[in-house]
Amino acid sequence: MTLAAPPLSSLRLQEIPNQTYQAATDRFDDTWAAPLSTLLGLGRAAGADFIEFFLERTNYISCLAEDDAITSISPRLTTGAGVRVFKGNADCYVSTNDVSFHGLKAALEKGLSIMGLLLPATSAYVPEVTLEMFRDYAATKETWLANCSSMQAMGDVLLGANASVSKVAKHLQARRTAYFRDWQEVLIASSDGTFARDIRLTQSVGANVLCADGDHRSSIGQRLGNTSDPSFLTAWDYGTTAEELAESAGKMLYADYVESGNYPIIMANHFGGVIFHEACGHLLETTQIERGTTPFIDKKGEKIAHENLTAWDEGRSTESFGTIDMDDEGMPAQRTLLIENGVLKNFLSDRAGAMRTGHPRTGSGRRQNYTFSAASRMRNTFIDTGDYSLDDLFASVDRGIYCKKMGGGSVGPTGQFNFAVDEAYLVENGKITRPLKGATLIGEAVDIMQKISMCSQDLSLAPGFCGSISGSIYVTVGQPHLKVDSITVGGR
Amino acid sequence: MSKVTEISANAQAIAQRLGITKYDIYGATTDSTSVQVDKGEPKQVKASNRASVTVRVWNDQGRLGITSTTDVDERGLELALKTAAEASAFGATEHIPDFSPEATAPLPEVKITLADAAPVGNLIERLVTVEQALLNAHDAIASVPYNGLAQNTSENFYVNSNGAQRSAERTSASVYLYTKTEQEGRKPRSGHAVRIGVGTEALDIDGCLQEATEKTLSHLDYEKITSGKYRVVFSPDAFLSLIGAFGNLYNAQSVLDKRSLSTAESLNTAVASPLLSVYDDALHPGNVSPETFDGEGTPTRRLAIIENGVLTNFLHSAGTAKRMGAKPTGHASIGAKVSVGSNFLHITQGEPAEASYSLEDADNVVLIDDLQALHAGVNALQGSFSLPFDGWLIQQGKRTSIESATVAGDFHQLLQSIIYVSPDEKITPGGVAPHVWIDELSITGE
Repeated sequence: MTLAAPPLSSLRLQEIPNQTYQAATDRFDDTWAAPLSTLLGLGRAAGADFIEFFLERTNYISCLAEDDAITSISPRLTTGAGVRVFKGNADCYVSTNDVSFHGLKAALEKGLSIMGLLLPATSAYVPEVTLEMFRDYAATKETWLANCSSMQAMGDVLLGANASVSKVAKHLQARRTAYFRDWQEVLIASSDGTFARDIRLTQSVGANVLCADGDHRSSIGQRLGNTSDPSFLTAWDYGTTAEELAESAGKMLYADYVESGNYPIIMANHFGGVIFHEACGHLLETTQIERGTTPFIDKKGEKIAHENLTAWDEGRSTESFGTIDMDDEGMPAQRTLLIENGVLKNFLSDRAGAMRTGHPRTGSGRRQNYTFSAASRMRNTFIDTGDYSLDDLFASVDRGIYCKKMGGGSVGPTGQFNFAVDEAYLVENGKITRPLKGATLIGEAVDIMQKISMCSQDLSLAPGFCGSISGSIYVTVGQPHLKVDSITVGGR
Repeated sequence: MSKVTEISANAQAIAQRLGITKYDIYGATTDSTSVQVDKGEPKQVKASNRASVTVRVWNDQGRLGITSTTDVDERGLELALKTAAEASAFGATEHIPDFSPEATAPLPEVKITLADAAPVGNLIERLVTVEQALLNAHDAIASVPYNGLAQNTSENFYVNSNGAQRSAERTSASVYLYTKTEQEGRKPRSGHAVRIGVGTEALDIDGCLQEATEKTLSHLDYEKITSGKYRVVFSPDAFLSLIGAFGNLYNAQSVLDKRSLSTAESLNTAVASPLLSVYDDALHPGNVSPETFDGEGTPTRRLAIIENGVLTNFLHSAGTAKRMGAKPTGHASIGAKVSVGSNFLHITQGEPAEASYSLEDADNVVLIDDLQALHAGVNALQGSFSLPFDGWLIQQGKRTSIESATVAGDFHQLLQSIIYVSPDEKITPGGVAPHVWIDELSITGE
């Protein structure tokens, strides 16, 4: 690694290629100020309106247990950087594995060249960009990686979990438990003076069972996640997870296929929040405004949902899967009110979104890794609690469907969304009567938001992965139990 | 010294220094550029130059450890080899992957055409022109919110401590257009098309433009569809995506993991209508970016998966082949647990059909052009699917766009219910396929 020489107020351009930087530490620290302020100055001297460097180092490991064996332990080490150059509303993003000074300079020069910007004459002085005092969110997190579970501990826990499943599940065909730990260090420096560092520790464990009896099959999974507790894995109560999986898989094994049609539905809390994530959350990202692919583009201040619905997106909940101290553009995380009593209050905005749409940044600029430029993305997104009890919700349904466990989903450019239901039950006269499988919920965001008519008080959050324009990121979805008056259910 | 030779030499020296006697490395270097435009102006240009390698190390007990890294310099390789050696202490004790017996076998002789990268300005100019042509095609086409023109140069390599050393350089380019319409009192509609080629000069951009335009216009007038059972025709793209989503049917690793719709005994049994044959063929002339070896160094080849409805082969890695008494087929991706996947599917006619069908005079038939949300709507372990789609209801040969609907069914039953495989094979980015007719499936509309 190469790091900074003592900062110089300005250099002649011809002197920059000769600068050498000596590594001082294996961490991104404030000694990076000098080379990055020099490079940012170079970019500004070339005529760029804005330049941002994103440096990243990751230490990732995954472990997989299948039945009674550990079948994979896979570490992955990554170092890389991305340089974003803006000229007007257009931008260019160049990524590289080479985080030496010369590697970063080459990436910057490529970005400038692509934007049609030329370096000044070699005799010209290049004023450095003055960076803010180093904001180091990582100072208290240095020990996280060392305190995480060892490979031995990973194997022991996962095998213990699989053994628990085999004790409680019937008609078991396959058991699989997977864990990953994603340690990420990021450093951001940009020509507006931003200079900040953070360490993120994301861990998740997922268990999945496949049961089979003749032609009957059921597969059920469960995932837990955490963003700041190195002992997360060893603290996992896998016995409870095993019991819940066994119960769900047993019920769904002989389930009938759902009959397609329009139904009132009750969505469970926890991962049921994926409905809001897909049907509305994505459409409140400024990236969607930029593309003209959200029906809410000009609805700020207007009623877009049922008056019983209030929703948030925030990055500050302790240990939630989408929690971040700062976003990937160096802005501190915020708590953003999206919808209040049905009225649209705010969009989620990143730097480019703010520039191109006018909606203020909300600390929502996120990306999977250095190969992506940041974009407006969700963090912990949830529908707030309402005034109803769970009994109220069920009592209001004569014939409908209880969606207890949701699968994944997506929303298209025209606002149509869909998501799968992994565990569903028929509700008749307010009571659950029998399990159903094969259901897909489909609809249009504009319509469905008006039909979420009842929210209960049992808000619960669940970890998830969201794939979109800037890659796959860790998010939380959530809601209390809620009722949708009518939705199209695809089935047989 | 080439990058591959350099990495190989470095790895050998470092392994010797660390006392590692058995290892292999699969890696790739890529150089890519892509552009997006918005209403005549460049929106974002992306460029990257990256490398990554995956290192496997076998310890004295024969157990396997693995590490991936993007640091391919000497220091990065040393750290990766050390970490992999550490991980090997916790490696599997049964069914441990080994070198492929074909890692040094001759590679197929395939003429691979390489293209020079075009200047970025040229890419932007071409995409702006195409975007404008789309916007001019009809007043209803208000924007092209998703578009892209990309080019990529990559070099893959495999080396091992037994002296295997392979590398292959490839280039590819792609163009993608996705429209959105706006009409007073009407819902927004869209249409999309994609093309790939060896380089941007060889890219059929005009064909992509024409397809995106025609599809968009065909969806302007739309109607709801009444829920019920319909005869369904899958477009080549739609059928390829569906059969790919149920790839565990012919995946040996899934079979061994008991996470497949097949068992070892399913081989040589009828799993589909005799009208259907499915091959995997990385070397198909339609594959613009053919891989000649897999992640274990095994040469790729044309492999019959289903012939005349009968399951004839599974896709194998070296490890699955050994366990099932077969030969590796060139479908492995390197890993602590080697995964298996298809390269380039070729779906074609099996036995001659007794009757032929045509979309020109079809009646009350649903033509599915594009399946969506396969990650959510496919339950590959249960064999069921329930998926939103873009398509048309054809009545007496006339196509009417379907507003919003899902198609649902059981994959096994679908394969058995094929009544016609058309002769009109289309080359797509994911493989080659014709239109496939299914006797009956559930459609949910209104």
